[in-house]
Amino acid sequence: MPIESGEAIARIAKALKHKPGALLPILQEIQEQLGHIPSEAVPIVASELNLTRAEVHGVVSFYHDFRSEPPGRHVIRICQAESCQAMGSAVLTAFAKTHLGIDFHETTADAAFSLEPVYCLGNCACSPAMAVGKEVYGRMTPQRFQEVLQEVAGKSE
Amino acid sequence: MNTLYIPQDSGALSLGAEGVARAVQSEARKRGEELRLVRTGSRGLYWLEPLLEVATPSGRVAYGPVSASDVPSLFEAGVLRGGSHALCLGPIEELPYLKQQERMTLARVGITDPTSLEDYAAHGGFRGLRNALGLSGEQIIKEVMDSGLRGRGGAAFPTGIKWKTADATPSPQKYIVCNADEGDSGTFSDRMIMEGDPFVLIEGMVIAGLAIGATQGYIYLRSEYPHAYRVLNLAIEKAQSAGYLGGDVLGSGKSFHLEVRRGAGSYICGEETALLESLEGKRGVIRYRPPLPAVSGLFGQPTIINNVITLASVPLIFDRGAAFYKNYGTGRSRGTLPFQLAGNVKRGGLVEKAFGLTLSELLYDFGGGSFTGRPIRAVQIGGPLGAYLPEALFDTPLDYEALSGVQAMLGHGGIVAFDDTVDMASMARFAMEFCALESCGKCTPCRIGSTRGVEVIDKILRNRNRKGNLHLLRDLCDIMVSGSLCGLGGLIPNPVLSALKHFPKDFGIEETEELH
Ligand SMILES: Cc1cc2nc3c(=O)[nH]c(=O)nc-3n(C[C@H](O)[C@H](O)[C@H](O)COP(=O)(O)O)c2cc1C
Ligand code: SF4
Ligand code: FES
Repeated sequence: MPIESGEAIARIAKALKHKPGALLPILQEIQEQLGHIPSEAVPIVASELNLTRAEVHGVVSFYHDFRSEPPGRHVIRICQAESCQAMGSAVLTAFAKTHLGIDFHETTADAAFSLEPVYCLGNCACSPAMAVGKEVYGRMTPQRFQEVLQEVAGKSE
Repeated sequence: MNTLYIPQDSGALSLGAEGVARAVQSEARKRGEELRLVRTGSRGLYWLEPLLEVATPSGRVAYGPVSASDVPSLFEAGVLRGGSHALCLGPIEELPYLKQQERMTLARVGITDPTSLEDYAAHGGFRGLRNALGLSGEQIIKEVMDSGLRGRGGAAFPTGIKWKTADATPSPQKYIVCNADEGDSGTFSDRMIMEGDPFVLIEGMVIAGLAIGATQGYIYLRSEYPHAYRVLNLAIEKAQSAGYLGGDVLGSGKSFHLEVRRGAGSYICGEETALLESLEGKRGVIRYRPPLPAVSGLFGQPTIINNVITLASVPLIFDRGAAFYKNYGTGRSRGTLPFQLAGNVKRGGLVEKAFGLTLSELLYDFGGGSFTGRPIRAVQIGGPLGAYLPEALFDTPLDYEALSGVQAMLGHGGIVAFDDTVDMASMARFAMEFCALESCGKCTPCRIGSTRGVEVIDKILRNRNRKGNLHLLRDLCDIMVSGSLCGLGGLIPNPVLSALKHFPKDFGIEETEELH
C-alpha cells in the first residue's frame, strides 16, 4: 500500500471518529476516496476506534458494498430483483456478461468495467434497471446497454 | 416569464430527464425565450417520464414521454404556452391516473421544488409542526393514536402505541430513527418522498421528537439511493438555517438535530434491530426482543423507529386533524397507502389511495394490464417476503386484514406483476436464494435452510423423488417459520409456499395429484 493511502486512511478515521457509530461512515469514506477498503486499512481504523481488527474486519465483510479489491473505472450494477425479472433482467444480464466477457464480481481486463448484481434500485416502475456508478438507468435493453456503455466510456476519456 | 417543470427524480433521470432539461435550456437560449425551469420530484406516472409540464393560466399542461430530440419540435409547437403537440397530454391534473388518486402523503411530490422552503410552506408545509408545537407530548401521541396510523414499513404496527412506549420510558437521551432502507423490491415510495418532498419527512421527524422529547434523529438511507442522499442533505441544511431544525426549533426552546447515515448494501439492515446495530457501526445482526427498540434502542436508549412514509404521514395529521386522516380507509386500515405498481404492467408508477381498492383495479384500471400485452398470471405483493397471488384472487381488497385472509401481506405496498411467461418455481427458488444471500446468520433454519431450499427446489424440478422432496420443502418451510428470529427467515416461506399452492404445475405437479 502506498504511504499516501495509509495517511489518507488515518486522516479519514481521525476526522470522523467522534461521530456516534463512526465505523460505517469511516469505511464508506475510505471506499469513496480509494475505491476499495485495502486490507491495510483494517488495523489503522481499528486502532483509531479502539476496536479489535476482527471487529473491523467483521463489519467490512458483512456488507455487500465493501470491496477489498479496486474496481474498474465504472461499476455496473444490474438489478436482479423481482420487478426487473418480470421485465427481462435475465436477458439483459446475460447480454452484459457476454458483451463484457466477465461474470458478476469481476472486472474487465482493461479495468474499465466491473459487473455486480444489485437487488432493487428503487426504479421498479422502469424495469429492468441498472446503475453505472451513481447514475440509474431504466427500461434497459441490450441495445440501450451498449449505448450507455459508449456514453460513459466517452465521458471518462 | 414562462415556467417549466422537469423532474429530477432518479426514475425520471434514469430515462433521460437530465438530457431533456439541458435541451430545453439550450433551445430557449437559441430562440431568445426567457423561462424558469423548476426541477421537481416525479408525479409517479413513470410510463410518461421524462414528463415536462408548463404553467398556463388554466393550470399545468403536460407533455410526455419527452426525449431530448423532441425539444425543438415542442418549442416549434409553442410548448411554453401549452401549445398542441403529439406528446401533449393536456392538463396534468385531469389525467385519470392522477385524478382518481387520493394524494395525501405524496400531495406535493412532482409539484414543488423539493428543496425550496418557500414552495413547501406555500403548499401547506410546516402547518402541522406549528400546531404540534402548541401541544404537549402526550397530546401529540394521542393525536397519532386517534388517526389510526399504522407503520408503513411492513409490520403495520400502530404508530401511536410505539410512540407511547418510547415516551413512557424515562431517559435523558432519546432518538428518532427513520427507516429509509427501502429494501423491498417493487417499492419506491420512500425514494419518491425523499427526492421529491424531503421537508415533509423532516417535519414528521421533528414532530416525533417533540412527542417523546428526543433531540437527535437519524435517517438510515440505503446506499442505492445517492440522489436521495444529496436532496436530503440539502433539505436538512436549509431547514437548519431557517430554524426548523437545530437548538431552538421555531423559537420553542426545544432542540432537534438530524443526520443522514447510509447503509452499505444489506437487505437485512432494513429490519429495525439490525438497522440499529448498523447505525452503531456494527454488523447488521438481528437483536433479540425484548427489549423493544422503544424501550432500549439506539445506543441502548429509547428509540422510535419508523418508516419514511409513516413519518411523512404525520405532518398532515397535525395539519388537518386525526379525524380527517382516519376518515380514509376501511376497517383497521386507516388513511391512505402509496401503492407502487411495478413489474410487467403498462402504466407502472405510484398510486396513493385509501385502503380498500382491489388488486384488479390497481392492475387493470391504473396499470392498464401487462406491458407485454399477455395475461397477468401472478402478482407478488409486499416485497421479496410477500406472497404470490394468482388471477383468481385479484379481486382481493388491498387492506391489511383482507390480505392476511388470503395468506398474503401488504408490506410496504409494492405490487409486482408477472405475465404468463413466468416460471413460478424459479421465482420460489429465487426467494430461497435471496434469503441465503441476505441472512444475518443468527438462526440455522434461515442461514442453512435457505440454501437447502434452493437444492430441494432444484431436485423437484429435475423430478428427483418429487413427492419426497415436496414434502421436504414444506417441512423446511415449517422449520424456517418456527425457528427464525426475524421476518427474513420467518416470512420467506410466503413466496415459496404461495407459488407452490397457486401454481403447482410449474413444480411439475399435475392438478389431480395430492399436494399434501
Ligand atoms: C427482513 C426485514 C426487512 C425489512 N426492511 C424494511 C425496510 O427496508 N424499510 C422499512 O421501513 N421497514 C423494513 N422492515 C420493517 C422494520 O423492521 C420495522 O417494522 C419498521 O422499520 C417499523 O417502522 P413502521 O412501524 O413505521 O413501519 C423490515 C423487516 C424485516 C423483517
Ligand atoms: S431469520 Fe435469518 S436474518 Fe432473521 S435473525 Fe435469523 S438468521 Fe438473521
Ligand atoms: S426490482 Fe429492479 S429496480 Fe426494483
